[in-house]
Amino acid sequence: MTRRILDVPLVLIALGLSLFGIAMVYSAGQTDNLSFVAGLWRAQSGWFVISILAALVASRASVRLLDWLTPFAYVLTLAMLVLTLVIGSGAGTAASSKSWLVIGGMRIGQPAELAKLTVVLMLARVLANRREPPQSLLELWHPALVVGIPWVLIMLQPDLGTGIVFIGIFFAMLFWSGVNWRLLLLIASPAISLVLAFSTRLWGAWFLLLILLVWLYRPYLLEGIAIVCINVVTGVVAPILWEKLAPYQQKRLLVFLDPSIDAKASGYHVIQSQVAIGSGGWFGKGFTLGTQKRLNFVPEQQTDFIFAVVGEELGFIGVTLALSLFLALFLRVIRISSRANDPYASLIAFGLLASWLVHVFENVGMTLNLMPITGIPLPFFSYGGSFMLASWLSVGILMRISSEGRGRGDLAAI
Amino acid sequence: MSYHPHDVARRATVARGLLVVGFLGFATAFFRAQVLRNAEYLAQAEQNRFREVPLAAPRGIIYDRNGRIIAENLPGYAVSLLSPTADSLRSAIRRLANVIPITEDQVEAAVRRWRKNPTRPAVILPDAPFDVVAVLEERRVENPSLIIQSTPKRYYPDGPAVASFVGYTGEVTERELADTMHTDYKPGQQIGKGGLERSYEKQLRGKEGVRYVEVDARGRVVRDAGARAEVAPQAAPPLRTNIDMDLQMYVMSLLGDSLRAGVVAMDPNDGAVLALYSAPTFDPNRFVGGIPADYWRELNTDPRRPLYNKVIQGRYPPASTWKLATSAMAMEAGLVQLDDYMPQPCTGGYRYGRYFRCWNHSGHGNVNLRQAIEQSCDVYFYQVGLKLGLSRLVAGGIKLKMRERSGVDLPNETQPQFPPDAQNYFNERYGARGWVPGSVSLNLSIGQGENAQTLINMARFYTALATDGKAARPEIVTRSPERVQIMNLTEAQMAGLRLSMAGVVSSRGTANSARVEGITVAGKTGTAQNPPYPDHAWFLGFAPVDKPRIVVGVFVEYGEHGYVAARIATKVMARYLKAATAPMATTE
Repeated sequence: MTRRILDVPLVLIALGLSLFGIAMVYSAGQTDNLSFVAGLWRAQSGWFVISILAALVASRASVRLLDWLTPFAYVLTLAMLVLTLVIGSGAGTAASSKSWLVIGGMRIGQPAELAKLTVVLMLARVLANRREPPQSLLELWHPALVVGIPWVLIMLQPDLGTGIVFIGIFFAMLFWSGVNWRLLLLIASPAISLVLAFSTRLWGAWFLLLILLVWLYRPYLLEGIAIVCINVVTGVVAPILWEKLAPYQQKRLLVFLDPSIDAKASGYHVIQSQVAIGSGGWFGKGFTLGTQKRLNFVPEQQTDFIFAVVGEELGFIGVTLALSLFLALFLRVIRISSRANDPYASLIAFGLLASWLVHVFENVGMTLNLMPITGIPLPFFSYGGSFMLASWLSVGILMRISSEGRGRGDLAAI
Repeated sequence: MSYHPHDVARRATVARGLLVVGFLGFATAFFRAQVLRNAEYLAQAEQNRFREVPLAAPRGIIYDRNGRIIAENLPGYAVSLLSPTADSLRSAIRRLANVIPITEDQVEAAVRRWRKNPTRPAVILPDAPFDVVAVLEERRVENPSLIIQSTPKRYYPDGPAVASFVGYTGEVTERELADTMHTDYKPGQQIGKGGLERSYEKQLRGKEGVRYVEVDARGRVVRDAGARAEVAPQAAPPLRTNIDMDLQMYVMSLLGDSLRAGVVAMDPNDGAVLALYSAPTFDPNRFVGGIPADYWRELNTDPRRPLYNKVIQGRYPPASTWKLATSAMAMEAGLVQLDDYMPQPCTGGYRYGRYFRCWNHSGHGNVNLRQAIEQSCDVYFYQVGLKLGLSRLVAGGIKLKMRERSGVDLPNETQPQFPPDAQNYFNERYGARGWVPGSVSLNLSIGQGENAQTLINMARFYTALATDGKAARPEIVTRSPERVQIMNLTEAQMAGLRLSMAGVVSSRGTANSARVEGITVAGKTGTAQNPPYPDHAWFLGFAPVDKPRIVVGVFVEYGEHGYVAARIATKVMARYLKAATAPMATTE
């Protein structure tokens, strides 16, 4: 064991984020009308201890062992996702979706959290086994399938937030494996078409850009035609899809564009979250003293909107501190990723980074209405056992990759 | 994958760059929200958590001239609920209804109040009895949106005695709120609804204070006192009136409950209203904070019309009380003096086209103006009327302000009816050939015909007779007096008129039976024909004759004879003058 050297900055940052997070979960419970939230910080602390132990165990598994385990873990994950669809149940705000695996009345956990990890491992394996990064759409079928199967299973729950994380992981890992950015844009083009289809003019401009892109990148003729066709189709079906959306989904998207259109109902959460953050000022209202939180104006203050509590009680200074910790974590992981011994380990590190990054950007952005509300937790902060565990398992894997990697001499540098 | 160190380093740089840009973007967004727009969001957060609870200001206390209380404030309780939505308000009230009686009407009224101003506590019980408050206080924990506040409640210690002029207070109505005069009123506030309460609303209102309670997102009160500095309500200054409550109570005791009558007593020298009472009366205390439906129905179906003010609203032909107006006009015109006789003595009637009767069918014989006033001889005044002619009779009445309201400081005073001119008015009414000026003059000269006066306006006219010909505007609240010269007679003529009126309340006159010991009263009776019903009785007079200090007007519906009114009036005068001259020690 002494052979391996602990990545101190990584662990310190993760510990700092976790303690900061537990403190915020504690504060989230300090409301004027006490609720069950008041005691959650204890449970979260317990999960924290368990998670650290899990991270230590995970850090003892060599990358080679991980490589060997990956296919089994991946298949197991798929099985659990299928099982969840059959016997799963909802919880909390997402009571109608099936995201929890329940056996004998006990909620075992959310397989989607495990899936984020195993998909990263599996995708890393698939991409690392290639000599060259995928050059054409046809060559992408294998990586796309690795992400696509669990993605479909998760979207069936439905869990839009985790679905977005998968897409983030997919693109980030393709990028890291060296896929040309123009190809990435071509892959993303149907989705962009879908969004821009609501304005004929914007879509037209995008379409011209796409033609240019196809001409520049010069994919196979058939692929080029296929991409253009798919873009046309998505542009056409977008309004039809819009009609197919449930009213609450439509509302969420509209409210994202302008929360005041439904200030009393669907826009309420976002508005109150913004008010909480904005009223914090430079230094905040003081730890546990946020009025928006104390009086329950901030919704889901211990999970999805925990960052609003940071903003309200600790102000711009606290927000900056939290964001800096995340930034430090991500920069550290990029360093680990770039110094990893082999492509497989490097891709795992970058995939884990992508997973966290999407969570942080989506969750923090949501509290200020920079992102639509999808109900996605903030790593290390939001209350929740399986997410804490998954985050620290990632830390454990990163510790291992770091210790096996090059340049262990200059640990101080991030 | 291409895992050449050079490639990896390039990608890492791109990734770092994107990360830093992304986080700077977030930092910028948070800086904008938290630092640049902090004031705006902070205000919104404060607005979220604080609810204003109005603290009603005590209305000004109304005193009589001797410092006796006419209107005051008693401690009362208002029960309200804070609620984020109308539906949650409804369900919260339903929960309360399990422990205290709440009617469906009260629920709807509360919801209406809530809709008008959702951030103000919606009042459910504007005036909750103490036992209800006690029950609710016990259950405060179960009803965290409940707000119980003490609100001053208007109280009139001598309720029925002062109903004729004090008015009452109640919640401001939607119609009143729509009025531009009431832009500074909010739903749920109290407003003066009649009488002095309405006339002097501005002075009596005071300034509402505000208390803040801290609420959570569901409108539950989390902190009550001390959440934020409160603004104390400002009580209105007291309102002093000229009313003499002792006299007012005495008037009420004289009239009892069976008469339908009006009484007004004034100081002729400054117009101060000493007493004003309309019988039968009602209890304004029952009007405060909402009139009970059954009481309202009872008052409105009562044939004696308690809500109809016989002093300022009732309009009746002034009958013989008008003869002083005719006399003053004739003397001012130099046509008749007090000792002048008319060509034709009274034989019980006068022929002018048709036969015009004198009230005394056996006739008064040959009388001068003095005697004609004493005995109220119609035949004499028919002839004075003919001498004056219609245009001078009409112009004279207008000069005596018989077409104008008295200007008493009460709302809803009725304007008297009197012809605006001697020609067109009658032409329009009867057609150019349908009337004869002489006959109209005969009727007008004895206070019949196209002439209907309020008691208060006749009393104003008599303040001029009691003084130097100046009519005093009736003032309930002490204001600067306003007196207007309406008669231009010499001092001797005025004194002569007063002496003649003193003869009315003497063994020689029509109010013989109304004489009282110790004071000389001057006045004039009137019996207004009211076929097919019994006649109305009038009396207007003053005392003491040499230097009048009180004018009293009495009107009794269906009183049949003027002396019925006179008997009441002279008693009122005697009471006032004796009380006013008695040493202070004996008044208690």
